[in-house]
Amino acid sequence: MSSHTIRLTVNGRSCEGSVEARITLADFLRDGLGLTGTHLGCEHGVCGACTVLVDGHTVRACLMFAAQANGREVTTVEGLAAPSGALNALQQAFHDNHGLQCGFCTPGMLMTLTEFLHDNPDPSEAEVREALTGNLCRCTGYAGIVAAALDAARRLRQEA
Amino acid sequence: MGARQFGARVKRLEDPALLTGAGRFVDDVKLPDALLACFVRSPHAHARIRSIDVAPALALAGVRAVLTVDDLPEPMRSERIPNLMTNPAIKVMRTQHALARGEVCHVGEPVAVVIAESRHIAEDAAALVEVDYDVLPAVADCRDAIKPGAPRAHSDIEDNIAAEVRTEYGDVDAAFAGAPHVYEETLWLHRGGGMAMETRAVAARYDAASDLLTVWSSTQTPHLGRRIIADLTGRHPEQVRVIAPDVGGGFGPKAPFYAEEAVIPAAALRLGRPVKWYEDRREHFLSATQERDQHFQVAIAVDRDGKILGVRGTLLHDTGAFMPWGIIMPYIAAVTIPGPYVVPAYRLACTVAITNKVATTPVRGAGRPQAVFAMERLMDRVARELDLDRAEVRRRNFIRPEQMPYAVGLIFRDGMPLVYHGGDYPRGQAAAIERAAYDGFRQRQAKARAQGRYLGIGIANYVEGTGLGPFEGVTVRVLPNGKVAVATGATNQGQGQRTALSQIVADKIGCRIADIVMTMGDTAAISQGIGAFASRQAVNAGSSALMAGEAVRSKIVALAAFTLGVAEDEIELADGEAIARGGNQPRLSFGELARLAQGMPGVSFTAGQTPGLEHTAYFTAPQASYCNGTHIVEVEVDVETGGVTLVNYTVAHDSGTIINPLIVEGQVQGGVAHGIGNALFEWMKYDENAQPLTTTFADYLLPVATDVPTCVISHIETPNPLNPLGVKGAGEGGTIPAPAAIVGAIEDALAPFGVHFAEAPLTPERIVAALRAAGAYERLG
Amino acid sequence: MKPAAFDYHAPCTLEEAVGLLAGLDNAKVLAGGQSLVPMMNFRYVIVDHLVDLAQVEGLRSITVAGGALRIGAMTSQRELEFSPEVAQHCPLLGEALGHIGHRQTRNRGTIGGSLVHADPAAELPAVCAAHDAEIEIASTRGVRAVPFRDFTAGFMATIVGPDEIVIAIRLPLWPAGHVHGFREFARRRGDFAIAGAAVLLDVGPDARVRRAAIALCGIASSPIRLGEAEALLTAGKLDAAAIKSAAAAARTIESLSDIHAGADYRRHLAEVMTRRALADAARRAGISL
Repeated sequence: MSSHTIRLTVNGRSCEGSVEARITLADFLRDGLGLTGTHLGCEHGVCGACTVLVDGHTVRACLMFAAQANGREVTTVEGLAAPSGALNALQQAFHDNHGLQCGFCTPGMLMTLTEFLHDNPDPSEAEVREALTGNLCRCTGYAGIVAAALDAARRLRQEA
Repeated sequence: MGARQFGARVKRLEDPALLTGAGRFVDDVKLPDALLACFVRSPHAHARIRSIDVAPALALAGVRAVLTVDDLPEPMRSERIPNLMTNPAIKVMRTQHALARGEVCHVGEPVAVVIAESRHIAEDAAALVEVDYDVLPAVADCRDAIKPGAPRAHSDIEDNIAAEVRTEYGDVDAAFAGAPHVYEETLWLHRGGGMAMETRAVAARYDAASDLLTVWSSTQTPHLGRRIIADLTGRHPEQVRVIAPDVGGGFGPKAPFYAEEAVIPAAALRLGRPVKWYEDRREHFLSATQERDQHFQVAIAVDRDGKILGVRGTLLHDTGAFMPWGIIMPYIAAVTIPGPYVVPAYRLACTVAITNKVATTPVRGAGRPQAVFAMERLMDRVARELDLDRAEVRRRNFIRPEQMPYAVGLIFRDGMPLVYHGGDYPRGQAAAIERAAYDGFRQRQAKARAQGRYLGIGIANYVEGTGLGPFEGVTVRVLPNGKVAVATGATNQGQGQRTALSQIVADKIGCRIADIVMTMGDTAAISQGIGAFASRQAVNAGSSALMAGEAVRSKIVALAAFTLGVAEDEIELADGEAIARGGNQPRLSFGELARLAQGMPGVSFTAGQTPGLEHTAYFTAPQASYCNGTHIVEVEVDVETGGVTLVNYTVAHDSGTIINPLIVEGQVQGGVAHGIGNALFEWMKYDENAQPLTTTFADYLLPVATDVPTCVISHIETPNPLNPLGVKGAGEGGTIPAPAAIVGAIEDALAPFGVHFAEAPLTPERIVAALRAAGAYERLG
Repeated sequence: MKPAAFDYHAPCTLEEAVGLLAGLDNAKVLAGGQSLVPMMNFRYVIVDHLVDLAQVEGLRSITVAGGALRIGAMTSQRELEFSPEVAQHCPLLGEALGHIGHRQTRNRGTIGGSLVHADPAAELPAVCAAHDAEIEIASTRGVRAVPFRDFTAGFMATIVGPDEIVIAIRLPLWPAGHVHGFREFARRRGDFAIAGAAVLLDVGPDARVRRAAIALCGIASSPIRLGEAEALLTAGKLDAAAIKSAAAAARTIESLSDIHAGADYRRHLAEVMTRRALADAARRAGISL
């Protein structure tokens, strides 16, 4: 089995690691870098709990090998809040709208919505729901997440 | 009690960590030097184990051990996992061994465990363990299991029947004999799994210096876990600590004690290094408990006005291969059927069948969705046959508020007579009817039909026993640094208990919510505990928090009054300070008072001083607390594809006084989503050899954001007289009537075709098949 | 669910890539990974070597030339979704893309990967079938072009050899002004289709159908062209009755059956989806039904 040195940027910081070929990006983030915010819910690409951004686009980290991330820019949930710890507009909207219960699917939801709101700053509720279909939640029934997304979209448009 | 926090939409304390990726789920707990485990699981539904050869697996680099049942410590080696719920009706009680001994009875049953330097290596090695199986005939369907000559699910259990329970009151045969109308239904409901987004996980570390075995488990019941792990390892309970850290959803299947929760600690003890196991999703489908099929044959006898004279029938419940949670679900189903209606006579004969599938234990609703489905479909049938509006039939049969407290005539699963202590069922239904614009629906439906669209409306009521005992304790302790430590046996899998309990304590003792430091789900923090299930924590832990807060408040006031030299009724508590009214308002901070209460070595306490400012309270409820509610759902059915869209969903519910409306709404909404899954999507399928067929999220379907509308929720708060807070449980009410309401709505939409549904999940394929059989497609052209 | 061990290769040229495949045993190509990696995680697929095409030059492109849309095999579904060339020249492809999985899978999934994986329910193979696409396949022996109807080889199998790589897909364009329709039925948004219909129509000003192509997914192990229905429509007037007769041809086709849906239901859906897709196309042609 081959071993690969990878160099990538994670949440703005340069990282380096040596990984076996079969180590996924999710495994590398969690075990290699200790960034346990990215969660494993199924390891077959359906639940979306492992969603991260690679070069600004959402990716299921359980379906990508760490070696494929060489040279890439990765953003995880740990990279959303300000250095001071202050929640960003989307995170604050989740907090204000009860957009999470157990919190396990939440990092994936946040990353999906980060890309979505960037591409669609003024979405309808139907468009938000459609965008969320790649992320499963068993706790909330999605209502709080949808409300949070629309609330965040409003705030981000005001800030812009 | 101050009402500042209680009843307010306080934003959750749990959120900031979870939103920033700083949650600590079991697999996030960093245990340096940990080994990783992978279980070898039976690929057969029923087989005898002839031999296990672990040598090829042990030979792989990085493998530290491969354990089978004989490698486990006594008594785990010889004894089975204990059953927690006895019942005299159980003929045959069967639970698992920690690792299979001699015989495996479901696909996925753990047979051996590989411990290695990484999960990758452990999986490589698990594939090399050679188990020689003697495959035996298996039984998959519970209806087949009870037929004479059926294959034995366990080779030593003769007839696959674990229990037969009869639940009855009144003279039901006389009621039927004299009835003008009798209607029969054959109903089937499948529940599937809890399917939390976080699978199970267990980590264990033994510290020889303190002789302490610490176990982290993604469990709803750490105290039960400690009790059992201590027993199974032969250790003193004080030498075992179980911690449920952040848990990514529970919903029931994380309540029972599992074999893996015994084996991983045993491995850590044996190997002298920490051991971690993180279940993968396929394992979860195979070996995490589920609720499965219930088959009802029920009949209702009514008079000419549609008033119920009696209900009788049979229930066949599939309990799977093991019964760690006894026969709770069929029992609950049996006593839930009468619901909010006056049912003068009742009998349900229940048979619990053993099959070669993973054990059945409660999933959100615990038998009630099935019972409500049976009763509500019967009510819809009465309405259809007598040409009455479905809401009207229900209205005619409600137990009226003036009849409260109402003794149903049965014993509930809490061991106490089933007595509804309060609730206004007609009012609940009326509230839902109004919010749902039910009365205008026929017009909307007719208009849609003229356009070739098929809209339908469904209604379902439920009564739910919540807040089950025996207790859940809370300790409140003011610390010398001014913080208020709260410890509880209550656990958190997303229900927001940390926030709700903080609201109660903050109000009671006058501290800031931000100053509360809460420890939940840790057996070291409080000596007695039960855990989360049956929507019990708000009632039990909430009331304990109130009682402990009350006691600590008294101590703070007494000590402050004594120290400041004023009367107790001069003292006010606010924002972590005790302030004397009047004059220049001298004050003492809680921290200062806590230091005073610590005492000085050698110096006597005077009257009014007590050691510490702390108190532990264990509220015990006299019986279950009964919630009720009504769901009304509008659907649109695409008659060509069988596709169902939920147009809107209305809930009126009474779960007593509400601690935090944000949290309760979230529980209702989430519960409804689960119910939508049960009604339309979730089906754990097995083939005739009890091989699981749906073992991924691509095959077992959970509702996604486009499937679940945002519910319109009306809260009715009838304070519960059974506890000092007035609360009831709110965790399962959203799920319980949903399948009944949704299937009823689909049937209503397709009324022009005369199709009738008595099953869930109700899939588009089944809808199309029913329409075809009814000649719908010829008519539609 | 961790995959078995393998060696990972990331060639930079096509020559290197085909050379690797020719020389290595039990090697597979890695494109977007959205179908392959789950199977590796389950250990349904065990490989000794993965050859990642992500860095190979010249495999991502969308060009219009010689009356065809030529798409490099490693072009992501996302790139196709946002491509003005696709929108203008191949609207059927554009519409089908919205039904494929989810944003996260389309960001990584490729057109080549989807065709080689050959899931019976997949949308892209159906679009290729409707367009009579041509698949360009490279190996150390050179490049060969295979018409799509010869490309599939049974359930989740194609004629691509273990040492070959799909490098491009050519979709012959339909005349400007042609119309299309794409309808599928899935249990939830983004799920695999239980049955889907991809339709292309060239309709004259007199509402006469000059040419028709109807491809179904989810029914057989690979997309089926409804030749009988196409013949029924061609040279006739496009109206509700014609659409109904054409769709009825779906009733008698042989269909797969699995835990998601039985054969009868799939056939039933095939008829409904065909009718709806044809109706969409007709509406686009300005024909009111």
